[in-house]
Amino acid sequence: MSGPTVLVLAGGLSHERDVSLRSGRRVAEALRSTGVDVSVHDVDADLLPLLDEVRPALVWPLLHGASGEDGSVKDVLEMCGLPYVGADPRASRLAWSKPVTKTLVASAGLHTPRFVTLPQSLFRELGANQVLSTVTSGLGLPLAVKPSRGGSALGVTIVRTADELPRAMVGSFAYGDTALIEEAVDGTEVAVSVVDTGDGPHALPPVEIVTDGSYDYDARYVPGRTEYFTPARLSDEVTAEVCRVAVQVHRTLGLRHLSRTDLILDPAGQAQVLDVNTAPGMTETSLLPQAAVAAGHDLGQLYGAIVEAALAQS
Amino acid sequence: MTPDHGDRMGQVTPASGSAAPVERPPSGTRLDPWLGSYADRTHGMRASEIRALFAVANRPEVVSLAGGMPNLAGLPLDDLAESAQRLVASRGQTALQYGSGQGDQTLREQILDVMRLEGISAHPDDVVVTTGSQQALDLVTRLFINPGDVIVAEAPSYVGALGVFRAYEADVVHVPLDAHGLVPEALEETLTRLAAQGRTVKFLYSVPNFHNPAGVTLSRERRPRILEIARRHGVLLVEDNPYGLLGFSGDPLPAMRSMEADGVIYLGSFSKTFAPGYRVGWAVAPHAVREKLVLASESAILCPSNASQLAISTYLTEHDWKGQIKSFREMYRERRDAMIGALKEHVPDASWTVPDGGFYTWVRLPDGLNAQAMLPRAITALVAYVSGTAFYADGQGADHMRLSFCYPTPDRIREGVRRLAGVISAERELVEIFGTGTGPERRIVEPPAPDLA
Repeated sequence: MSGPTVLVLAGGLSHERDVSLRSGRRVAEALRSTGVDVSVHDVDADLLPLLDEVRPALVWPLLHGASGEDGSVKDVLEMCGLPYVGADPRASRLAWSKPVTKTLVASAGLHTPRFVTLPQSLFRELGANQVLSTVTSGLGLPLAVKPSRGGSALGVTIVRTADELPRAMVGSFAYGDTALIEEAVDGTEVAVSVVDTGDGPHALPPVEIVTDGSYDYDARYVPGRTEYFTPARLSDEVTAEVCRVAVQVHRTLGLRHLSRTDLILDPAGQAQVLDVNTAPGMTETSLLPQAAVAAGHDLGQLYGAIVEAALAQS
Repeated sequence: MTPDHGDRMGQVTPASGSAAPVERPPSGTRLDPWLGSYADRTHGMRASEIRALFAVANRPEVVSLAGGMPNLAGLPLDDLAESAQRLVASRGQTALQYGSGQGDQTLREQILDVMRLEGISAHPDDVVVTTGSQQALDLVTRLFINPGDVIVAEAPSYVGALGVFRAYEADVVHVPLDAHGLVPEALEETLTRLAAQGRTVKFLYSVPNFHNPAGVTLSRERRPRILEIARRHGVLLVEDNPYGLLGFSGDPLPAMRSMEADGVIYLGSFSKTFAPGYRVGWAVAPHAVREKLVLASESAILCPSNASQLAISTYLTEHDWKGQIKSFREMYRERRDAMIGALKEHVPDASWTVPDGGFYTWVRLPDGLNAQAMLPRAITALVAYVSGTAFYADGQGADHMRLSFCYPTPDRIREGVRRLAGVISAERELVEIFGTGTGPERRIVEPPAPDLA
C-alpha cells in the first residue's frame, strides 16, 4: 500500500479529550480501510520531535476543545510548514468563540438567538442576583447557559425558571470564566455538516435530533437517549434553506474542508444558528459521519477525498 | 442525495430509492439496534460527562489524586521475570492449562499463611480463588441478591462494590461511619428499622481496614459488636479486606472472620499487596456458601487463571513477600504524610481523615462547595480527584472528595494538593457570588476506570 502519510492528532489536554480520542480512532480506521498510511498521535511533548522526524504529508487535527480548536495547534503546524485539514488559525480562533461566531453570523444576515456574554467577574462587581434578573427581563425564559468556548455540551444547561439560573451559571463557570447566556429557542434541532473536497463547500443531509431532555453529553455519546433522523423530517424548501445557511456560515467564517453548524428551526420556521464546529465530532454517534453515510458516502472515501483536497491546497 | 437510510441491523429500514424525490425516514435511529433488548439491570450503565473528564488524568501534566492503582515501582521485576520464565519452562503444561474451579490447591494453602497475619484460621477447602476480589464480590452478590433485596453498606462505600450491587438491582442502605469505622448504634438502628419495614437485608458489606474511600479503620473494640449485631439480625457480613496488611503502624487488627466463621464471607486480594495485573483474589466462606461460590464461579469463568495463580504461588514461595509488603507500607506512609502535610498547609479550612494505612484520605470540603461541580475546574488546573458522590448509592457525598496518595510521588502529591487549593479557592468565590446549593443535580456517578493512575 502506498499513498500519503497522514498524522491524525487526537487527545490533547482538554475536557473533551475522551471524545477527541474516539474521533481520532474512527477517522484513522476509515482512512486505513482505503489504504492511506495513517498514524495517530497525542498533542504532547513528543509531538514536535515526531513531526520533525516523520514529516507527514498531512496532519489531521481531530482535537476538540482548548488548543486543538482555538487555532494554536494550527499556528504551530503552519510554523512547521506542514499542511493540515480544517480551518486555518484565524478562522479557528473566530469560530472557537461562540459570541464572536454569533456576531459574525448575525452580521452576515443570518439568525441566531439573542444573547449576552458575561464574565464571572461581572457578577461579583454588579451582584449576581441583579445581573441575573436583568438578564431574565432582557432575554426572557427559557435560557441556554453555556461556556463561551468549548463543545460536547459540557457545562451547558437549559434554564426554564429563574431559580435554576444560579446553578446553571456555576455549571458553566466550572468550565471557563466567561458564560454565554442566550434565549433557548424551542423548535426542531438540526445539525448540518458541510464538506469541501475541492469543489466548494456543500451541505450533507441535515440530521434532526430528538432527545428526551437536552442534547447533553450523555445524550450525545451514549446510544439510546437520542433519536436521529437523517435526512431531517423537513420539507424540501426548509431542507434547502438550512443547507444554504450552513454553507453560508462555513463561508462567512472562512472555514475549510469540513464544519458542522447546529441550528434550531423556530416555530416561525426561521433557522437560528446555535453553534459552529470547526472540528466536528467523528465518533460512532457523531452527526457528520451519520450525515455522510445517509448521503451514500463511504466514510473512508469521503475522508480520503478531504485528505486529497487538503494536500492539493498545500 | 441517496435516501438509503436505516439501521445497519435492519431494525428500521424505510423503502429506499423509490419514486419520491426525497425519501423521508418514517422513524429515526438511536444508533443501537439492540436498544430494546437490554436487561433492566443495564439501565444505570452509561458513560457520564464526569467519567469522560478523567480521560486527561493519565497525562503526565495532570497530578491524579483520583486513581487507585498501587505503585509497583518497588517490585523486583527482573526476579519476577526469571521466575515466570522458569515457571513456563518447567510447569508450562499446568500453568497454561485449565485448572480447578476453586483454585490451585497450593496457592489456597499459601493464602492461609497470608490470612494468618490477621488472625484467620481456615482450611484450604474454605478458600475460593477468584479473578480479583472484585469477582468474589460479584459472585457473592449473584448468590444472595434478588432485585430489591437490601444490602447494608457503609456511608460512604467502595465504588466498585456499589457498581456490582446496582448491576444486581440491590437496594443499598447506607449506615454512617466515623473515625473508628462503622458506627454500631447506627447499624443497630438501621437493621431494626429495616426489619420493622419488612425489608429483607441479605448482607452487610464492610471494608473494615483503611476504608476506601473514607480512610478509617473499624476499631478493635467495635469488631465483636458489629458481628453480634449482624448475628442477632440474621445478617451475613461480607468483610472486604484488600488493604489490611498495608497498615502504617503496629500489627494488623484481627479480621472479623477470625472472630466468627459462620456469619462472615471474607474477601482478600493480592492486588494491593503484590500486583493487580495477575487479577488474583479470593473468598473464604462458610462451607455451604463456598460450594455455591465454586459453582457460580465455574459458570462465570470456568476457572481462575492458572498462569496467574502459579506465578503468585511461586512469588510467595521464592520471595520475601512479607518484606515486600513492609517496603510498600513504608512507601505509602511517606506518601500519606506528604498528602496530610500538604492539606494542612494549603487547605486548612477543609477537614480530612488521617488514614493509618491503605491508599486514601477522605476530605470534607469547606461549606457550600460541591466536589462534583468543581471537577471541570480541577481538570483545567491539571489535578484530578474523585467526587464523594461516587461512593454513595443515593446521591449524597457532594461535600466530600476522595484523594488517593498511592501512585504519585510525595512531591507530586504536594503539587497536586497545592493546585487543588487554588481550585477550591476559585470555586469558593463562585459560591460566594451565586450562593450555596448551586451544585449540579445529584445523580449516580460512574467511577473512573481501573487503570487510572
